[in-house]
Amino acid sequence: MSSVMQSPRNTTSDPLIIAGVEYKSRLLTGTGKYKDMDETRAATEASGAEIVTVAIRRTNIGQNKDEPNLLDVISPDKYTLLPNTAGCYTASDAVRTCRLARELLDGHDLVKLEVLGDEKTLFPDIIQTIEATEILVKDGFKIMVYTNDDPIIAKRFEDMGCVAVMPLAAPIGSGLGVRNPHNIRTIVENASVPILVDAGVGTASDAAIAMELGCDGVLMNTAIAGAQDPVLMASAMKKGIEAGREAFRAGRIARKRFASASSPLDGTFF
Amino acid sequence: MNITLNGTDSEYPDKLSASELLRSLGLADKRLALEINEEIVSRSTFDSHIINPGDRVEIVHAIGGG
Repeated sequence: MSSVMQSPRNTTSDPLIIAGVEYKSRLLTGTGKYKDMDETRAATEASGAEIVTVAIRRTNIGQNKDEPNLLDVISPDKYTLLPNTAGCYTASDAVRTCRLARELLDGHDLVKLEVLGDEKTLFPDIIQTIEATEILVKDGFKIMVYTNDDPIIAKRFEDMGCVAVMPLAAPIGSGLGVRNPHNIRTIVENASVPILVDAGVGTASDAAIAMELGCDGVLMNTAIAGAQDPVLMASAMKKGIEAGREAFRAGRIARKRFASASSPLDGTFF
Repeated sequence: MNITLNGTDSEYPDKLSASELLRSLGLADKRLALEINEEIVSRSTFDSHIINPGDRVEIVHAIGGG
Protein backbone atom coordinates (compact mmCIF):
# COMPACT_ATOMS: atom_id res chain seq x y z
CA MET A 1 0.00 0.00 0.00
CA SER A 2 1.40 3.34 -0.95
CA SER A 3 1.72 5.89 1.80
CA VAL A 4 1.75 8.75 -0.67
CA MET A 5 -1.58 10.56 -0.95
CA GLN A 6 -2.79 10.48 -4.50
CA SER A 7 -4.42 13.69 -5.57
CA PRO A 8 -7.72 13.10 -7.34
CA ARG A 9 -7.32 12.42 -11.01
CA ASN A 10 -7.78 15.29 -13.45
CA THR A 11 -8.34 17.96 -10.86
CA THR A 12 -5.15 19.87 -11.46
CA SER A 13 -6.12 21.49 -14.72
CA ASP A 14 -9.77 22.04 -15.50
CA PRO A 15 -9.93 25.63 -16.59
CA LEU A 16 -13.02 27.56 -17.57
CA ILE A 17 -12.33 29.05 -20.98
CA ILE A 18 -14.29 32.10 -22.05
CA ALA A 19 -13.46 33.85 -25.32
CA GLY A 20 -10.10 32.08 -25.39
CA VAL A 21 -9.05 33.13 -21.88
CA GLU A 22 -8.51 30.52 -19.16
CA TYR A 23 -9.87 30.98 -15.65
CA LYS A 24 -9.26 28.75 -12.65
CA SER A 25 -12.44 29.76 -10.85
CA ARG A 26 -15.87 28.76 -12.10
CA LEU A 27 -17.57 31.13 -9.70
CA LEU A 28 -18.32 34.60 -11.05
CA THR A 29 -19.53 37.18 -8.58
CA GLY A 30 -21.38 40.46 -8.62
CA THR A 31 -20.38 43.51 -6.60
CA GLY A 32 -23.83 44.89 -5.75
CA LYS A 33 -25.70 45.01 -2.44
CA TYR A 34 -22.66 44.87 -0.13
CA LYS A 35 -22.72 47.14 2.89
CA ASP A 36 -19.44 48.83 1.98
CA MET A 37 -16.32 48.55 -0.13
CA ASP A 38 -14.45 46.58 2.52
CA GLU A 39 -17.10 43.89 2.52
CA THR A 40 -17.11 43.88 -1.29
CA ARG A 41 -13.37 43.34 -1.30
CA ALA A 42 -13.37 40.66 1.40
CA ALA A 43 -16.24 38.65 -0.07
CA THR A 44 -14.82 38.84 -3.58
CA GLU A 45 -11.47 37.57 -2.34
CA ALA A 46 -13.09 34.77 -0.32
CA SER A 47 -15.09 33.65 -3.35
CA GLY A 48 -11.94 33.14 -5.41
CA ALA A 49 -13.77 34.74 -8.35
CA GLU A 50 -11.66 36.00 -11.22
CA ILE A 51 -14.50 37.45 -13.27
CA VAL A 52 -16.46 40.10 -11.43
CA THR A 53 -19.48 42.06 -12.64
CA VAL A 54 -19.91 45.82 -12.30
CA ALA A 55 -22.75 48.16 -13.22
CA ILE A 56 -22.41 51.41 -15.19
CA ARG A 57 -24.19 54.40 -13.71
CA ARG A 58 -24.14 58.19 -13.74
CA THR A 59 -21.37 59.75 -11.71
CA ASN A 60 -22.72 61.82 -8.83
CA ILE A 61 -22.15 65.44 -9.78
CA GLY A 62 -21.02 67.76 -7.02
CA GLN A 63 -21.20 65.33 -4.14
CA ASN A 64 -19.04 62.63 -2.55
CA LYS A 65 -16.09 63.46 -4.77
CA ASP A 66 -13.82 61.54 -2.44
CA GLU A 67 -16.02 58.48 -2.06
CA PRO A 68 -14.08 55.27 -2.68
CA ASN A 69 -14.19 54.11 -6.28
CA LEU A 70 -15.21 50.50 -6.87
CA LEU A 71 -12.36 50.07 -9.32
CA ASP A 72 -9.87 50.94 -6.56
CA VAL A 73 -11.19 47.93 -4.64
CA ILE A 74 -11.90 45.61 -7.57
CA SER A 75 -8.91 46.48 -9.69
CA PRO A 76 -9.04 45.75 -13.43
CA ASP A 77 -5.40 44.66 -13.05
CA LYS A 78 -6.40 41.87 -10.69
CA TYR A 79 -9.87 40.89 -11.92
CA THR A 80 -11.53 40.46 -15.29
CA LEU A 81 -14.30 43.02 -15.06
CA LEU A 82 -17.61 42.12 -16.58
CA PRO A 83 -19.71 45.26 -17.03
CA ASN A 84 -23.41 44.48 -17.08
CA THR A 85 -26.42 46.15 -18.64
CA ALA A 86 -28.56 45.70 -15.54
CA GLY A 87 -31.54 48.02 -15.47
CA CYS A 88 -31.84 48.17 -19.26
CA TYR A 89 -35.27 47.40 -20.71
CA THR A 90 -34.48 48.17 -24.35
CA ALA A 91 -31.84 47.01 -26.80
CA SER A 92 -30.71 50.58 -27.45
CA ASP A 93 -30.10 51.31 -23.74
CA ALA A 94 -28.13 48.07 -23.43
CA VAL A 95 -26.00 48.91 -26.48
CA ARG A 96 -25.27 52.41 -25.12
CA THR A 97 -24.30 50.94 -21.78
CA CYS A 98 -21.90 48.44 -23.36
CA ARG A 99 -20.23 51.15 -25.44
CA LEU A 100 -19.77 53.36 -22.37
CA ALA A 101 -18.37 50.40 -20.45
CA ARG A 102 -15.85 49.66 -23.20
CA GLU A 103 -14.72 53.27 -23.14
CA LEU A 104 -14.56 53.28 -19.34
CA LEU A 105 -12.43 50.13 -19.28
CA ASP A 106 -10.01 51.14 -22.04
CA GLY A 107 -11.37 48.95 -24.79
CA HIS A 108 -12.20 45.89 -22.70
CA ASP A 109 -14.96 44.26 -24.72
CA LEU A 110 -16.28 41.40 -22.56
CA VAL A 111 -19.78 42.32 -21.38
CA LYS A 112 -22.73 40.76 -19.64
CA LEU A 113 -25.78 41.56 -21.73
CA GLU A 114 -29.10 41.56 -19.94
CA VAL A 115 -32.23 43.24 -21.23
CA LEU A 116 -35.05 42.93 -18.78
CA GLY A 117 -38.74 42.40 -19.42
CA ASP A 118 -40.40 43.69 -16.27
CA GLU A 119 -39.58 44.75 -12.74
CA LYS A 120 -41.59 42.08 -11.00
CA THR A 121 -39.83 39.06 -12.50
CA LEU A 122 -36.68 40.63 -13.97
CA PHE A 123 -37.03 37.93 -16.62
CA PRO A 124 -35.14 38.73 -19.81
CA ASP A 125 -36.91 40.33 -22.77
CA ILE A 126 -35.63 37.89 -25.38
CA ILE A 127 -36.70 39.95 -28.40
CA GLN A 128 -34.79 43.00 -27.14
CA THR A 129 -31.85 40.84 -26.07
CA ILE A 130 -31.57 39.35 -29.55
CA GLU A 131 -31.73 42.82 -31.12
CA ALA A 132 -28.94 44.05 -28.82
CA THR A 133 -26.87 40.93 -29.50
CA GLU A 134 -27.00 41.52 -33.27
CA ILE A 135 -25.70 45.07 -32.87
CA LEU A 136 -23.06 44.25 -30.25
CA VAL A 137 -21.63 41.24 -32.12
CA LYS A 138 -21.16 43.43 -35.22
CA ASP A 139 -19.55 46.03 -32.97
CA GLY A 140 -16.93 43.51 -31.79
CA PHE A 141 -18.19 42.85 -28.28
CA LYS A 142 -17.70 39.50 -26.56
CA ILE A 143 -21.10 38.84 -25.09
CA MET A 144 -22.04 36.73 -22.10
CA VAL A 145 -25.80 36.79 -22.37
CA TYR A 146 -28.37 36.48 -19.61
CA THR A 147 -31.33 34.49 -20.85
CA ASN A 148 -34.16 32.28 -19.70
CA ASP A 149 -33.92 28.50 -19.39
CA ASP A 150 -35.20 27.87 -22.92
CA PRO A 151 -32.84 25.52 -24.82
CA ILE A 152 -33.96 26.81 -28.24
CA ILE A 153 -33.19 30.42 -27.33
CA ALA A 154 -29.91 29.44 -25.66
CA LYS A 155 -28.77 27.78 -28.89
CA ARG A 156 -29.87 30.81 -30.85
CA PHE A 157 -27.61 33.07 -28.78
CA GLU A 158 -24.71 30.71 -29.30
CA ASP A 159 -25.32 30.69 -33.07
CA MET A 160 -25.41 34.50 -33.05
CA GLY A 161 -21.88 34.58 -31.65
CA CYS A 162 -22.23 34.99 -27.90
CA VAL A 163 -19.09 33.77 -26.09
CA ALA A 164 -21.13 32.36 -23.20
CA VAL A 165 -24.81 31.75 -22.58
CA MET A 166 -26.17 32.31 -19.07
CA PRO A 167 -29.61 30.92 -18.35
CA LEU A 168 -31.25 31.86 -15.08
CA ALA A 169 -31.73 29.23 -12.38
CA ALA A 170 -34.63 31.25 -10.98
CA PRO A 171 -35.56 34.96 -10.87
CA ILE A 172 -32.71 37.36 -10.04
CA GLY A 173 -32.27 37.70 -6.29
CA SER A 174 -34.94 35.07 -5.53
CA GLY A 175 -32.68 32.43 -4.01
CA LEU A 176 -35.02 29.71 -5.30
CA GLY A 177 -32.26 27.54 -6.75
CA VAL A 178 -32.32 25.64 -10.04
CA ARG A 179 -36.05 25.55 -10.89
CA ASN A 180 -35.75 23.67 -14.16
CA PRO A 181 -32.81 21.28 -13.99
CA HIS A 182 -33.98 19.34 -17.03
CA ASN A 183 -33.85 22.41 -19.25
CA ILE A 184 -30.49 23.47 -17.84
CA ARG A 185 -29.14 20.02 -18.62
CA THR A 186 -30.53 20.18 -22.16
CA ILE A 187 -28.97 23.62 -22.68
CA VAL A 188 -25.61 22.27 -21.49
CA GLU A 189 -25.82 19.18 -23.71
CA ASN A 190 -26.61 21.26 -26.80
CA ALA A 191 -23.92 23.85 -26.25
CA SER A 192 -20.45 24.36 -27.61
CA VAL A 193 -19.88 27.60 -25.71
CA PRO A 194 -19.72 27.79 -21.90
CA ILE A 195 -23.08 27.68 -20.14
CA LEU A 196 -23.22 29.50 -16.82
CA VAL A 197 -26.17 29.69 -14.51
CA ASP A 198 -26.77 33.37 -13.85
CA ALA A 199 -29.16 34.36 -11.10
CA GLY A 200 -31.45 32.55 -8.71
CA VAL A 201 -29.13 30.46 -6.54
CA GLY A 202 -29.65 30.81 -2.80
CA THR A 203 -27.01 28.72 -1.11
CA ALA A 204 -24.00 26.50 -1.74
CA SER A 205 -26.01 23.38 -2.58
CA ASP A 206 -27.83 25.30 -5.33
CA ALA A 207 -24.48 26.20 -6.86
CA ALA A 208 -23.34 22.58 -6.56
CA ILE A 209 -26.53 21.38 -8.29
CA ALA A 210 -25.94 23.75 -11.20
CA MET A 211 -22.39 22.42 -11.55
CA GLU A 212 -23.51 18.78 -11.23
CA LEU A 213 -25.85 19.40 -14.17
CA GLY A 214 -22.74 20.17 -16.20
CA CYS A 215 -22.77 23.95 -16.17
CA ASP A 216 -19.40 25.54 -16.80
CA GLY A 217 -19.85 28.08 -14.04
CA VAL A 218 -22.26 30.09 -11.93
CA LEU A 219 -22.64 33.85 -11.66
CA MET A 220 -24.21 35.14 -8.46
CA ASN A 221 -24.52 38.27 -6.37
CA THR A 222 -27.44 38.37 -3.93
CA ALA A 223 -26.85 34.86 -2.55
CA ILE A 224 -23.48 36.08 -1.24
CA ALA A 225 -24.08 39.77 -0.56
CA GLY A 226 -27.44 39.13 1.09
CA ALA A 227 -26.24 36.35 3.40
CA GLN A 228 -25.93 37.04 7.14
CA ASP A 229 -22.17 36.64 6.74
CA PRO A 230 -21.32 37.42 3.12
CA VAL A 231 -17.61 36.57 3.42
CA LEU A 232 -18.36 33.13 4.88
CA MET A 233 -21.02 32.52 2.22
CA ALA A 234 -18.52 33.50 -0.47
CA SER A 235 -16.20 30.80 0.83
CA ALA A 236 -19.08 28.30 0.96
CA MET A 237 -20.03 29.09 -2.63
CA LYS A 238 -16.46 28.56 -3.77
CA LYS A 239 -16.52 25.09 -2.26
CA GLY A 240 -20.01 24.34 -3.57
CA ILE A 241 -18.89 25.19 -7.09
CA GLU A 242 -15.74 23.09 -6.78
CA ALA A 243 -17.60 20.13 -5.25
CA GLY A 244 -20.30 20.26 -7.90
CA ARG A 245 -17.76 20.43 -10.70
CA GLU A 246 -15.75 17.49 -9.38
CA ALA A 247 -18.93 15.46 -8.87
CA PHE A 248 -20.01 16.19 -12.45
CA ARG A 249 -16.63 15.10 -13.80
CA ALA A 250 -16.50 12.06 -11.54
CA GLY A 251 -19.85 10.81 -12.89
CA ARG A 252 -22.45 10.06 -10.26
CA ILE A 253 -24.01 6.64 -9.64
CA ALA A 254 -27.37 5.84 -11.14
CA ARG A 255 -30.41 6.26 -8.93
CA LYS A 256 -31.91 2.89 -7.96
CA ARG A 257 -35.10 2.10 -6.15
CA PHE A 258 -33.66 -0.58 -3.86
CA ALA A 259 -30.53 -1.09 -1.78
CA SER A 260 -27.22 -2.55 -2.85
CA ALA A 261 -24.93 -3.63 0.00
CA SER A 262 -21.61 -1.84 0.36
CA SER A 263 -19.91 -4.69 2.27
CA PRO A 264 -19.19 -7.99 0.45
CA LEU A 265 -21.37 -10.96 1.29
CA ASP A 266 -18.52 -13.48 0.64
CA GLY A 267 -16.56 -14.54 3.72
CA THR A 268 -19.24 -13.96 6.28
CA PHE A 269 -18.70 -16.19 9.35
CA PHE A 270 -22.24 -16.03 10.71
CA MET B 1 -25.03 78.11 -22.50
CA ASN B 2 -27.41 75.52 -21.17
CA ILE B 3 -26.55 71.81 -21.30
CA THR B 4 -28.16 68.75 -19.79
CA LEU B 5 -25.60 67.14 -17.51
CA ASN B 6 -26.53 63.70 -16.21
CA GLY B 7 -30.18 64.56 -16.65
CA THR B 8 -30.03 67.99 -15.00
CA ASP B 9 -30.16 71.37 -16.78
CA SER B 10 -26.90 73.22 -16.09
CA GLU B 11 -25.36 76.57 -17.09
CA TYR B 12 -21.82 76.66 -18.43
CA PRO B 13 -19.71 79.18 -20.32
CA ASP B 14 -19.65 78.89 -24.11
CA LYS B 15 -16.88 77.05 -25.96
CA LEU B 16 -16.18 74.75 -23.03
CA SER B 17 -14.09 71.68 -23.80
CA ALA B 18 -14.88 68.27 -22.34
CA SER B 19 -11.64 68.49 -20.34
CA GLU B 20 -12.63 71.87 -18.90
CA LEU B 21 -16.05 70.56 -17.95
CA LEU B 22 -14.58 67.55 -16.14
CA ARG B 23 -12.00 69.74 -14.39
CA SER B 24 -14.72 72.11 -13.18
CA LEU B 25 -16.57 69.13 -11.71
CA GLY B 26 -13.45 67.82 -9.95
CA LEU B 27 -13.55 64.71 -12.12
CA ALA B 28 -10.46 65.29 -14.26
CA ASP B 29 -8.48 62.35 -12.92
CA LYS B 30 -11.38 59.99 -12.29
CA ARG B 31 -12.00 56.79 -14.17
CA LEU B 32 -15.14 57.62 -16.12
CA ALA B 33 -16.68 57.54 -19.57
CA LEU B 34 -18.29 60.43 -21.39
CA GLU B 35 -21.18 60.41 -23.82
CA ILE B 36 -22.52 63.48 -25.58
CA ASN B 37 -25.83 63.26 -27.45
CA GLU B 38 -25.59 59.46 -27.20
CA GLU B 39 -22.17 59.36 -28.87
CA ILE B 40 -19.07 58.23 -27.00
CA VAL B 41 -16.40 60.88 -26.60
CA SER B 42 -13.09 59.10 -26.23
CA ARG B 43 -10.64 60.19 -23.56
CA SER B 44 -8.01 61.09 -26.15
CA THR B 45 -10.29 63.82 -27.55
CA PHE B 46 -11.43 65.41 -24.26
CA ASP B 47 -9.17 68.44 -24.80
CA SER B 48 -10.40 69.18 -28.30
CA HIS B 49 -14.07 68.24 -27.94
CA ILE B 50 -16.10 71.43 -27.56
CA ILE B 51 -19.46 71.19 -25.85
CA ASN B 52 -22.33 72.91 -27.65
CA PRO B 53 -25.44 74.58 -26.24
CA GLY B 54 -28.20 72.04 -25.69
CA ASP B 55 -25.84 69.06 -25.58
CA ARG B 56 -26.93 66.12 -23.51
CA VAL B 57 -23.88 65.07 -21.54
CA GLU B 58 -23.64 61.81 -19.61
CA ILE B 59 -20.73 61.06 -17.29
CA VAL B 60 -20.69 57.50 -16.00
CA HIS B 61 -18.53 55.26 -13.87
CA ALA B 62 -18.50 51.72 -12.53
CA ILE B 63 -20.40 50.85 -9.36
CA GLY B 64 -21.33 47.64 -7.62
CA GLY B 65 -23.74 45.47 -9.55
CA GLY B 66 -24.62 41.87 -10.27
